[in-house]
Amino acid sequence: MPVTWLVFIVLALALAGFVAGRVRIDSAAGAGRPHSLPNYYGWNIAIKVMVPAFLVLICWLIVQPFVVNGAVTARLGDNAVPDGSTIGLVMSDVRRVAEGLDAAVSQGLMGADQASDLRTEFTNVRDRLAEAGVALGSNVTPQVLGAAQTWRALNANGMLLMSVAVTALALAGLVWGYVQTTPDFRARNTVENALRIMLLAAASLAILTTIGIVFSLIGNTIKFFSLYPASEFFGSFTWSPSFGGGSELGIWPLLWGTLYISVIALTVAVPIGLFAAVYLSEYAGPRMRAWAKPMLEVLAGIPTIVYGLFALLTVGPLLLSVFGRDGLGWMQAGTAVMTAGLVMGIMLIPFVSSLSDDIINAVPQSLRDGSYGLGATKSETIKQVILPAALPGIVGAILLAASRAIGETMIVVLGAGAAARLSLNPFDAMTTVTAKIVSQLTGDADFASPEALVAFALGMTLFVMTLGLNVFALYIVRKYREQYE
Amino acid sequence: MYDAPLRKTDVEAQTTKIAARDVQVYYGDTHAIKDVSVDLLDKTVTSFIGPSGCGKSTFLRCLNRMNDTIDICRVEGLISLDGQDIYEKRVDPVQLRAKVGMVFQKPNPFPKSIYDNVAYGPKIHGMARNKAELDEIVEKALRRGAIWDEVKDRLDAPGTGLSGGQQQRLCIARAVATEPEVLLMDEPCSALDPIATAQVEELIDELREQYSVVIVTHSMQQAARVSQKTAFFHLGNLVEYGETSQIFTNPTDPRTESYITGRIG
Ligand SMILES: Nc1ncnc2c1ncn2[C@@H]1O[C@H](COP(=O)(O)OP(=O)(O)OP(=O)(O)O)[C@@H](O)[C@H]1O
Ligand SMILES: [Mg+2]
Repeated sequence: MPVTWLVFIVLALALAGFVAGRVRIDSAAGAGRPHSLPNYYGWNIAIKVMVPAFLVLICWLIVQPFVVNGAVTARLGDNAVPDGSTIGLVMSDVRRVAEGLDAAVSQGLMGADQASDLRTEFTNVRDRLAEAGVALGSNVTPQVLGAAQTWRALNANGMLLMSVAVTALALAGLVWGYVQTTPDFRARNTVENALRIMLLAAASLAILTTIGIVFSLIGNTIKFFSLYPASEFFGSFTWSPSFGGGSELGIWPLLWGTLYISVIALTVAVPIGLFAAVYLSEYAGPRMRAWAKPMLEVLAGIPTIVYGLFALLTVGPLLLSVFGRDGLGWMQAGTAVMTAGLVMGIMLIPFVSSLSDDIINAVPQSLRDGSYGLGATKSETIKQVILPAALPGIVGAILLAASRAIGETMIVVLGAGAAARLSLNPFDAMTTVTAKIVSQLTGDADFASPEALVAFALGMTLFVMTLGLNVFALYIVRKYREQYE
Repeated sequence: MYDAPLRKTDVEAQTTKIAARDVQVYYGDTHAIKDVSVDLLDKTVTSFIGPSGCGKSTFLRCLNRMNDTIDICRVEGLISLDGQDIYEKRVDPVQLRAKVGMVFQKPNPFPKSIYDNVAYGPKIHGMARNKAELDEIVEKALRRGAIWDEVKDRLDAPGTGLSGGQQQRLCIARAVATEPEVLLMDEPCSALDPIATAQVEELIDELREQYSVVIVTHSMQQAARVSQKTAFFHLGNLVEYGETSQIFTNPTDPRTESYITGRIG
């Protein structure tokens, strides 16, 4: 609760500051026209109250657990760790007991003093905490209980300190802003600047998160390559993980499956999506358009697992009845590259059509007029003027669709089978990089074994591939963008 | 007060190329053109003048059915080209527009090379049997558009990379390349310097030998210089139509007089 209260206090101070700033500047208006409109002075104070206070609040909430954890670990020492356990396991016991005590106190089963004075010699802590709904795996040792109590004390102190610091900062901001509020002060520019910095912060946060994701991948990828030679990973044509050791983890069969399925999917999605986009933007009347465009976009909203079921239950058996043993005899089972590729293509149609439709609509009407004015027909205009003008955008849309196809998982898991093999027959079962990432991580494998860590190397490969595709798409779009204003 | 016309207005008894009768144009509920009837003559330059927003462009676009591309636009009345009703069901607007070419108010070069911009129409209509013929057509059109000297060394450069005035002349060249029988020009000189303007006016005069030209302009001097007939539009009405010399020296309607002497518009 205290954090919520703290937020309310800061907000209230900000509101007070806003009002105070307005009032002050209004009453000072006798000394000539102020530099900015009154609201800007109010906002100046409100920003100075809120931004530093909330920043400190957030940082504190992030940092405090680490500090407390470190302090308690140091105090526990090595002798508290029983044989066959690790300090990490003990610390998680400590946290659990501390949470249990918190729960007990908040449910009124224990007084706050009682919780901090609790001794294992006199109380069965495990039973008491069970009453509060917190089940512990084993009896609580004195060291763990002591550590948990230190934990709680440190946390409580931290929270108190934080409340004081945040409130003080908010007040300081209020005073600072209030003192600044004179008619000469350029409140408008200050607010403008503050807004710019806030927007910048939001943008950087998004970018930093991406970088963080990459680094978490890189770390584990490096760990994998220290256990398994990269030359094997990129050079071997066999994928046969065996958790007993001695597995061969060549990426090529998986990459081949990914590319094969993506190519089939794009072969389905690009022509259909593009034609649909051309029809919608150039031929369809407004009523048809208003009806058909949302219908197409509904396709994009279907969860991929549903597409996966569609592949497994409908498309697979359908293909099997034509190409299977009763038909042409090319297909062994319903799960195959073709099944997954077709269904993925259907999934990508709205993706291609919706983006392309927007791009085609952005081609200026004056170009169409110019072409019609020279006596060109509709399809000549589309083929020779509109599509060339929209081409960079359309290529971008296709490349984006391709990177979706490469990253798609559920349809492949359900539709393509699980066998990693290099085959040219589209009716064979194959598997992809994404599907294998799932299966390598969801098995019982030890997380430190190469068989599990290979998932990160696979993920990294995928990431690099899609990144490359996206960069290429952006490059194409940029290069040809200035072609029409 | 105005420049004397370049030549005597020697309009003999000429045949009517385009005839409009009681034309009404609506944009949704807006009545943009009201009861316009006019006969545009063959081998004649006709200029449309009038204050901004009076419907000059709208009426011009009716003459080659460019208004078909605007969903909310509705055209009523009769417009005929060589005696053939152009709004009749059997008439193919695509064929019509090949005969009645248009230069738009805003330059709209295609995002293609200068060469391909001009070659676009001739290619579509199969006017050249081989590359050499096409080259010839393109060069001739660019020369007529008074832009050949500026672009002859960079025919492969994108047309959109030209300056506004050059784009306007490129669009003129593009329109004449298809050899239309009637050329509709919506303010073709609005972005041109006096030299280029003079060249375009020369082109218009040259075109008059074979075709019928309709030009919208805000420059009274230009209308007086290049046209034999002038139509004055005001608030969607065709107020006065007659010999250019007569409109500029001796207008019958007081609104025309106010406009050309600069009191309305
Ligand atoms: N696409 C359109 N949709 C709706 N109204 C339009 C459209 N085009 C023109 N109008 C209206 O029709 C009237 C005539 O417009 P038009 O473009 O023909 O004027 P204009 O005489 O060419 O003017 P200017 O000299 O400024 O080019 C104007 O009132 C305008 O608002
Ligand atoms: Mg106009």
